[in-house]
Amino acid sequence: MDSMLSLEKVTHYFGGLKAVSNFNLELPDGALYGLIGPNGAGKTTIFNLITGIYTPTEGSIKLMNESIIRKKPYQIVHMGIARTFQNLRIFGSLSVLDNIRISRHYTVGKSKHTGNRKHKESSDLVQTNLFDSFFRTRNYLKAERQITDEAIDLLKLIKLDDVMHEQAKSLPYGKLRKLEIARALATHPSVLLLDEPAAGMNPAEIGELMDLIHFIRDNFKITILLIEHHMKVVMGICEYIKVIDFGETIAEGKPVEVANNPRVIEAYLGKEEGKCS
Amino acid sequence: MGKKIFFISRRMLLFVAGALGMLLLVLFFNATGIFTDYIVQIINISLINVILAVSLNLINGFTGQFSIGHMGFAAVGAYTSATVTTLIAKVTPRLPYTEFININGYIVFILALLLGGIVAAGIGFLIGFPSLRLKGDYLAIITLGFGEIIRTIFNNIDYVGGPRGLLGIPKFSNLIMIFVITLLSVIAIRNLVFSTHGRALLSIRENELASELVGVNTVRYKITAFTIGAFFAGIAGGLQAHLLQIAHPTQYGFLYSILVLIMVYAGGMGSITGSIIAAFALTFLSEGLRTALPGLGDLMHVKIGDEWRMVVYSLLLIIIMLFRTEVLMGMREMKLLVPEEEEHHGQHA
Ligand SMILES: Nc1ncnc2c1ncn2[C@@H]1O[C@H](COP(=O)(O)OP(=O)(O)OP(=O)(O)O)[C@@H](O)[C@H]1O
Ligand SMILES: [Mg+2]
Repeated sequence: MDSMLSLEKVTHYFGGLKAVSNFNLELPDGALYGLIGPNGAGKTTIFNLITGIYTPTEGSIKLMNESIIRKKPYQIVHMGIARTFQNLRIFGSLSVLDNIRISRHYTVGKSKHTGNRKHKESSDLVQTNLFDSFFRTRNYLKAERQITDEAIDLLKLIKLDDVMHEQAKSLPYGKLRKLEIARALATHPSVLLLDEPAAGMNPAEIGELMDLIHFIRDNFKITILLIEHHMKVVMGICEYIKVIDFGETIAEGKPVEVANNPRVIEAYLGKEEGKCS
Repeated sequence: MGKKIFFISRRMLLFVAGALGMLLLVLFFNATGIFTDYIVQIINISLINVILAVSLNLINGFTGQFSIGHMGFAAVGAYTSATVTTLIAKVTPRLPYTEFININGYIVFILALLLGGIVAAGIGFLIGFPSLRLKGDYLAIITLGFGEIIRTIFNNIDYVGGPRGLLGIPKFSNLIMIFVITLLSVIAIRNLVFSTHGRALLSIRENELASELVGVNTVRYKITAFTIGAFFAGIAGGLQAHLLQIAHPTQYGFLYSILVLIMVYAGGMGSITGSIIAAFALTFLSEGLRTALPGLGDLMHVKIGDEWRMVVYSLLLIIIMLFRTEVLMGMREMKLLVPEEEEHHGQHA
C-alpha cells in the first residue's frame, strides 16, 4: 500500500538537546497508528515537525510523496494535515459554530496547495475575496451559506450541534476536546494528528472518544496518528504502535507485541505505572 | 460577471434609516437653534472619531494586535489630501466670486481623500509587513515610534508649512459629508468582520497558533487588517483637516492616539457598536474637559494646563484595561449591525 505520510531519518535539536533522533515512520493510507512514550520523549515535537511549527534539523517529511519541509503551517493544513493540541487551543470567546467555520476558511482563499488533495470531493467551495465580503456579492452570500451548512452538518455528525451557538469556552472539558477534533476535521484533512485526546477525560468520556475515533476513521476515510498516555485507548484502537524514549524509537509493532516488549516495559510501564492504568 | 452586490441588506437599510433620522434631527435642532454650531462641530469631530475608533478596533479589537500610533496614519491622510486640495489643485467648496457649489472642487476633494487613505494604507503596509511577521509585541513599539517620526517629518517639511502647519485648507467637510463617509466606513468594516475573512481575523486574536493550524495565513491577515485600518485612519485624517482647515503636527500627537485607544477599549474590543458609542461619549467628555479643567483651576486659584487631559485619559485607560474587555458592549453588537444570516450563528449573537 502507498504510504500517506512518511518521515525519514528525522532528527531535531533544541539547542544541544536532541529531542527527536533518527525517527522513521511510514503511515499507510487509512491507517490508525499510535505514538507513545514517557513524558518528554519527543512525541509532541514530532507533531510540531509534521505540522511545520518547527523545521527538522535533518531528515525528510513527505505527504503523498510531496515534501512538506519548509512549508508554512497553514500551507501544510491546505495540503491535508490537521491536528489537535495537547493543551487545548480553542477559540474560546467565539461560538462553537464559528470555531468550525474558521476551519473552512482556507477553501475560500487562494491556495495553490489544494490541487493534489485526496478528499476534496465534498467541498469545492465558491471562491470569495475581500471585495466580495466588503460588498456582500452573490458569490459571497453563497459561500457563507455553504460554509455554515457544512459546519452544522459536521457538528451534527459529531453530536455537538446542541451547543453550536454557545460560547466555546463555556463548554465542559470533554466537549472541548471533541470540538478541537471537529475543528481539525473541518479542514478536510487526509491525515489527522491527535495529541493526547483523552487527557483529562473521565472513563465514560474515554469510551465515547474511542468510538468517535473509529467513527471518524471509517466515515471520513482519514489516516490517523495518535499520541496517548491512556494505554486502554492506545491498545484498544491502534493497529500499530511506535514507542519512543528520549527521542529514540525503542520499539514498534502490533499492540500485543509492544505491550510485551521488555524495553517498553522498562522505559515506559516500569517507570510510569500510574499513568498507564 | 454576475457579481451582484448586496452591500446593503434589509437590516442594514434599517440601520442606515435610523442613522439618517438622527442626522435629520441634528440638522433640525441646528436650524432651530437648539444645537449651536459649536455642538454640531463636536458632533462632526465625534463622527470622525468613530472612523478612527472602528478602524483601530479592526486591528486591536478584532485581530488582537496592539497598535498605538493610529493618529500617525491620520496625519498622513490629512497632509496628503490637504496638499492636493490646498497646494496643488487649489480648489474651494464654492466657486470664486459666486455662491454656487463647486462640483469639481468636491470631486477633487473626494479623490484627495481617497489618495490620503491609500497613501496611509501604503505606509501601514510598509510598517506592518516587517513588524507583523515577527511574533511578539513589536507592533506597539513600532507604531509608537512611527507616530512620533511622522510628526517630526511634517514638522520639517517647509512645503506643507513645517512647524506652522498647513493653513488655509478649504472647508470641504461638513456634517452631511462627514456623516456619509463615516456611515460608509462603518458599513464596510462591519461587512468585513462578519465574513469568513472577519472570522479569520477573530481566530488570530483568539489563538494565533491554532488559527495558523486550521489553515489561516495569519501573517497575511494581520497585515491586511493593519493596512485596512490605516486606510480608514487616513480617510478620517483627511476629513478632519478639511473640517478644522488646518493640519498641524501637534494635532496628531500621542495624546490623541491614546484617546482613540480608550474609545476602542471602553467601547469593547471587537464591538463596532461600542466604538461608535464610545467615540461620541469620549469626544464630548474631552471637549468638556477642555473647558472644565481651566475652570476648575480658576476655582482653586491654580493654573491647570491642557496637559492634564493627558492625565485623565491615562487614568481612564488604566481603569479600562483593568476591567478588560467587558466595559461598554464587551464583544456584543447592536442587532441592526448583525447580518440577518448571522443572527444566531456568530460570535456577536
Ligand atoms: N520549544 C522547545 N524548546 C526547547 N525544548 C523543547 C521545546 N519543546 C520541547 N522541548 C523539549 O523536548 C523534549 C520533548 O518534548 P515533547 O513535548 O515533544 O515531549 P512529549 O513526548 O510530547 O511529552 P509529554 O508526554 O509530556 O507531552 C522535552 O525534553 C522538552 O523539554
Ligand atoms: Mg506532548
